[in-house]
Amino acid sequence: MDGTLPPYNEDLVRQVLEEMKILFEQNQKEVALTVDGETGLFSGVHLRHASLERNKRCLLSYIYNRMLRIKGLRWEFGTVLPEDIKYNLCEQEIQWFTKYNKSLATYMRTVGLDLTQDMKPPKSLYIEVRCLEDYGEFETEDGTVVLLKKNSQHFLPRSHCEHLIRQGILEHIL
Amino acid sequence: MASGAPPLRSHPSSELDYFDIDDIIATQGRIPSKLEVQIYNLGFLDPSSEGNDLQAGAKLELPLWLSKELSYKDGYREVFKADASVVDLHRLGPYFYEFGTKLLHFDFEENSQMASSMQETFIKRFRKIMDSSQNAANEDASLLTSKLDHIEKQVFSAGRKGVREFLQWETGNTSKLTTSETVVNHKKRKRSMLE
Repeated sequence: MDGTLPPYNEDLVRQVLEEMKILFEQNQKEVALTVDGETGLFSGVHLRHASLERNKRCLLSYIYNRMLRIKGLRWEFGTVLPEDIKYNLCEQEIQWFTKYNKSLATYMRTVGLDLTQDMKPPKSLYIEVRCLEDYGEFETEDGTVVLLKKNSQHFLPRSHCEHLIRQGILEHIL
Repeated sequence: MASGAPPLRSHPSSELDYFDIDDIIATQGRIPSKLEVQIYNLGFLDPSSEGNDLQAGAKLELPLWLSKELSYKDGYREVFKADASVVDLHRLGPYFYEFGTKLLHFDFEENSQMASSMQETFIKRFRKIMDSSQNAANEDASLLTSKLDHIEKQVFSAGRKGVREFLQWETGNTSKLTTSETVVNHKKRKRSMLE
């Protein structure tokens, strides 16, 4: 995944749903006629039914695969999505993202672990980092305030800067 | 058939994954089909037909998912019969193996021949794909990858990723924390949009 998410194609989804409605109604009609004794309509009903199932599969796959991508974005960008990406989500997808965030946070609280920490096994408590952009003041958990200025180097607790490294604000120096 | 190759199934299990987009695209390919019965009120599917109905004996290019659905429903008579002239593997494009495998769902006489031909093709091409994926870490491989089938591309990038990770491990770089690739790509895109 390269982090792109195309805009939700509302028009196309609506068109597919309309097509499905027509197919369904035609099928209902022909089934009723068959019940009334007409013959030979079955193949057509079968063909339309297959098309309905196909459309259903395409729509569900579309939504499902977008959902997987949005879930991935949570782990890449954190709890807040960049505006231009968020813009491409439809209303329900934004709701889903919020709920996913909530569930994840609740779960991490219950197990007492931040799952987004230590994505790689830690080898030391403190690490050397260089600042890649002017970020401003950063308060560590023990209350110390560090000024993160471009090109400045710091020796910080690993657990405090892992997220900033993921977001491209700090660079880890070995 | 090459010796030591695993036995080929001539009727692979059907739906692999309902939500698999590649599978959906692969079954989109059209195959020539011949109608065995008349179908009422769907004449618009065949531009050359007159009237509202599809006539028995009409030849249509139907997407694979539809032909498959209509020709194999246990207990019902066959509605469609796929035309055997479809067994032209070179037309299959980027989903060569996937589409070819799907064709095995039909009862063609050529099924076993088709299956072994696909397998041999894969084996013959695999060596070159593997070689390039192991050596082309810094080279532009787009010339090669543009000629690859969808599955071959996956094999190629898996090989390439393996080499890259091995080299990183060799230089002791694996414990370095890195910026998320998604974030990097997103920043790049944003920058190029501003320029």
